[in-house]
Amino acid sequence: MGGNSTDTMSLKLKIWRQKNSKDKGGMVDYTLDGVSPDMSFLEMLDVLNTKLITEKGDSIAFDHDCREGICGMCSLMINGQAHGPQANTTTCQLHMRKFKNGDEIVIEPWRAKSFPVVKDLMVDRSAFDKIMAAGGYVNVNTGNAPDGNAILIGQGDAELAMDAAACIGCGACVASCKNASAMLFVSAKVSQLALLPQGQVEAESRALAMVDKMDELGFGNCTNEAECEAQCPKGIKLDNIARMNRGVVKGLFAARK
Amino acid sequence: MSSKSSCSFLNSVVKKQIMGVSGLLLCGFVLTHLLGNMTLFIGSDAFNKYSYALTSNPLIYFAEAGLLAIFLVHILMAIKLVIENNAARPVQYYTRKHSGRGSTFASSTMPISGVLTLIFLVIHILGLKFGTHYETEVHGVVMRDIYKTTIEYFQDPLHVLFYIIAVTSLGVHVSHGFWSAFQSLGWNHPKYMPKIKLAATAFGILVSVGFSALAVFCYFQGAK
Repeated sequence: MGGNSTDTMSLKLKIWRQKNSKDKGGMVDYTLDGVSPDMSFLEMLDVLNTKLITEKGDSIAFDHDCREGICGMCSLMINGQAHGPQANTTTCQLHMRKFKNGDEIVIEPWRAKSFPVVKDLMVDRSAFDKIMAAGGYVNVNTGNAPDGNAILIGQGDAELAMDAAACIGCGACVASCKNASAMLFVSAKVSQLALLPQGQVEAESRALAMVDKMDELGFGNCTNEAECEAQCPKGIKLDNIARMNRGVVKGLFAARK
Repeated sequence: MSSKSSCSFLNSVVKKQIMGVSGLLLCGFVLTHLLGNMTLFIGSDAFNKYSYALTSNPLIYFAEAGLLAIFLVHILMAIKLVIENNAARPVQYYTRKHSGRGSTFASSTMPISGVLTLIFLVIHILGLKFGTHYETEVHGVVMRDIYKTTIEYFQDPLHVLFYIIAVTSLGVHVSHGFWSAFQSLGWNHPKYMPKIKLAATAFGILVSVGFSALAVFCYFQGAK
């Protein structure tokens, strides 16, 4: 708050409005004045919603929670890019200084068969929960928390596992993929476990089960475009998909169930 | 939607791997075809003898059947994937922008360059393999004068132009497909991937320039 920028912006907004999952929906134009460059993108939408409510209109529904870039709730396709134009940034961490006075901003929900629109800019991402429920956990009893250095894990592996675990499950990979594929999300969840000793026991059967669930839920196939990697707010790497692909092959031949 | 047991062996990862393996095998064919056709630069006897060595070998029918099978697998799987991928996003975006860090011209046009290659393939086989039949005698052996057929075929500048467009499209196709196959098979390693991507681009250029050069060479051979 209270930055040095005193100049406010006037924006032309084109926002997807849809009453409910059955409504056809459409783009609606809004003009918003007095936008501070120090506002976050979601604060800008808050200001618009306050204006709409004051004018007795229906406020725009959008997902948000922590507004600190770690919960994975915010989404939004901003000017055709998942989470907007800034790399490695969630919508809540995107600031209006990235835009100019008079800009037109197009705001849409994630588009995928597996992410149906609930209302306006909100989509149902429970498909991700179903994929996690299909195997995104460690089944074997690993006992109580072990002593700090009882299980030695190489620094490299620990870093790779942490990089994969940075995935917040926001769905930007699905939104930005031209095939609406969930490969980057699933591969991050497969990798964060497959790289560590406790997760290795079930690595192959897990990869297979999660991929099967992903297919069943109607996500598209990967065409190695890497647009997911480029638009992921957490910088999840395509290497994870390769690791999952290896796991699936091993799983087909070696999984015990 | 297929049931769990039936999709396990043909899940989205395996489908991509089938595309990758069949694509790599086709890359092998394209490279062999290009190298073999280099005999055109040597002269009519060399090219005709090379062609005769291939077609007079009874194993050629097995090789052709195998090649056809690989093509069919690659094409049918591509159709299946495109249909599934389109179904995965029934409502399109109002506006779409690439980040500039992921998608490339080659990666986003794979189905188009693939269809162009298929059309080219049909015209190519009809025009040359099933083209005008001439005979010649090399060192006392009577064989098909495929050299004459080829030179004659490329006297039409439109044929040359079509070939250049088609093989450029094929070059673009393999420049994504070649490295993409490695990724699908899980062979992505930070040390080797940049080199594999470089090899894919080099292979794409080799295919485009190599086959184009052959077509242009044939055009000028006839003018002599």
